[in-house]
Amino acid sequence: MSTRSQRGASPIGLSGLVASAITTIAALALPGMPAAFAQAKMTVAAPEGNAALDFDPWPGIRKDLFASRDITDEATTLSLEAPVRAEDAAIVPLTIRIPKAIAGDVKKLTLVIDKNPAPIAGVFTFGAGAGLGDRVISTRVRVDMYTNIRAIMETSDGKLHMVTKYVKAAGGCSAPALKDADEALAALGKMQLKTRAAPNQSAAMREGQVMIKHPNYSGMQMNQLTGLYIPAKYVQQLDVTRDGEIVFQLEGGISLSEDPNIRFTYGDGGTGVLEVTAKDTDGSVFKARVAPSGS
Amino acid sequence: MITRHAFVRGTLALAASPLVLGYSALRSSSTALAAGAPLGAPLSVVAVAPGIYIHQGRHGLFSPENAGDISNCGFIVGRNAVAVIDTGGSAMIGMGLKAAIRQVTDRPIGHVINTHMHPDHVFGNAAFDDGNTAFVAHHKMARGLGARAERYQAINSRLLGEKAFSGTRIVMPQVPVIGTQTIELGERSIVLEAHKTAHTDNDLTVRDTATGTVFMGDLLFSGHIPTIDGSIRGWLALVARLREEKAAQVVPGHGPPAMPWPDAITPLTRYLTAVSAGVAAAIKSGQTLSEDAETVGLDEKDAWMLFEEYHRRNVSAAFAELEWE
Repeated sequence: MSTRSQRGASPIGLSGLVASAITTIAALALPGMPAAFAQAKMTVAAPEGNAALDFDPWPGIRKDLFASRDITDEATTLSLEAPVRAEDAAIVPLTIRIPKAIAGDVKKLTLVIDKNPAPIAGVFTFGAGAGLGDRVISTRVRVDMYTNIRAIMETSDGKLHMVTKYVKAAGGCSAPALKDADEALAALGKMQLKTRAAPNQSAAMREGQVMIKHPNYSGMQMNQLTGLYIPAKYVQQLDVTRDGEIVFQLEGGISLSEDPNIRFTYGDGGTGVLEVTAKDTDGSVFKARVAPSGS
Repeated sequence: MITRHAFVRGTLALAASPLVLGYSALRSSSTALAAGAPLGAPLSVVAVAPGIYIHQGRHGLFSPENAGDISNCGFIVGRNAVAVIDTGGSAMIGMGLKAAIRQVTDRPIGHVINTHMHPDHVFGNAAFDDGNTAFVAHHKMARGLGARAERYQAINSRLLGEKAFSGTRIVMPQVPVIGTQTIELGERSIVLEAHKTAHTDNDLTVRDTATGTVFMGDLLFSGHIPTIDGSIRGWLALVARLREEKAAQVVPGHGPPAMPWPDAITPLTRYLTAVSAGVAAAIKSGQTLSEDAETVGLDEKDAWMLFEEYHRRNVSAAFAELEWE
């Protein structure tokens, strides 16, 4: 059973999950969200005071994502780099490294931020274009309160492997995007796609980076002029191919930072043409294409 | 030009009085607010020019002990009215500033001008919100502060604690400044200039034409590490332009009450240049945001207070901005 269908059967959001007034807002503000990333209507009163800090949402998230399947805690096969204390909760950098010994067997990678209002930050589904060398993914996420962040990898034998990091950051989901609000709106949809030799790897692998100017509104930021919360509007699907072969497909959510930014490794080959198609919740489509210089 | 009922009232209220009080005649004897000081005890101020008084905040983070007294604020006394420039980081500090003004003059406070949206400069506004004072700021400040109001209040009430935060609320600007605007205080005028995105997207400077004193807000940090909440490129470009303008002296948002211009801004320019160059080089070499935050600009460590608190964040902000170039 795929992760998607499991989530479809049991929308994340959940009895007993999460815990703040903000969650309620998110629930109200995201009517068009796919079930996978939306908050179901809260069925349990939010815990008071410090209960929110002590509450552990992971068992509920785990059950919804993976039912009762075994998950192996891995420190050797998988690594997750995250700052212990984030400098800016709205852009917390994460790097996931999958060693080449198993990279070819990895089908899926799920990023979970336990205490965020929408805990699933993203689900990467890999294709043949991802290559067989060390696989490295870097991105930036919002972190709403001190929380565990998890990377859960599914291999082709159906096994689940997880690595967890505790991050001290707060307020990233309601932080206003846009240091310069006018500039950000003017640039919406602008993309950059870069390719370079992958550091510390054989010539068979390259590194790509895709950047999209997009506010990735979380639904928790207020528009001062109207006094209303800005409806969620975010990049929900991002597909990367090399010569038409899938490198990865990403289902994104509101926990990805504004101006979504993903660095990734991929297998070199063919003409090396890298293409990205991204789609946001309003149905806007953004495309970019790049070929290695000299080809 | 900004005219408000408060200003008119000020004109009527005052008969002939000297243009300004003696330059050094009045120095508040009270010391910086100490823990347990009475609510609204006058802040210490120094006269940096005839009719211009500055309170120097202490470098630090918000705490119950400092009650948000961590940035500079001041006021300019005209023949008819007083203009306040920034109000400190809590209603308590705002009240202290108001008490300091009342030790100097009984002229009406016609305007409160905020140099930008940050809490340490605007959270004292409540002390002046009596219906007779106009609140003036960059035309983008209402939007910026509005978007952050809830977070700022939540964070600062926690950092300050109940006692020091008491009475604090956000008072939004009513008079938006686009380009430049002049405010007449009576026999002296001040010129407000709204700038493009630099420290924030709503920085405003205030020039007192009578003495050539310019309030720089947080476009100028001295001693306290600069913090980037706007655009590092924009800030450097603005500094390059402002350096060409003459000023008898400037008042930084953080640092001594008055400093020589343009020398005062040389260290800040050096810091921003180092961060900008370091981040640009790191991006070019393919480093990631997290690697970069650990390596760029470390030569500046000993030159600034609060380096550990803000430097990495500055590098992150610069990285997110410059990687689009």
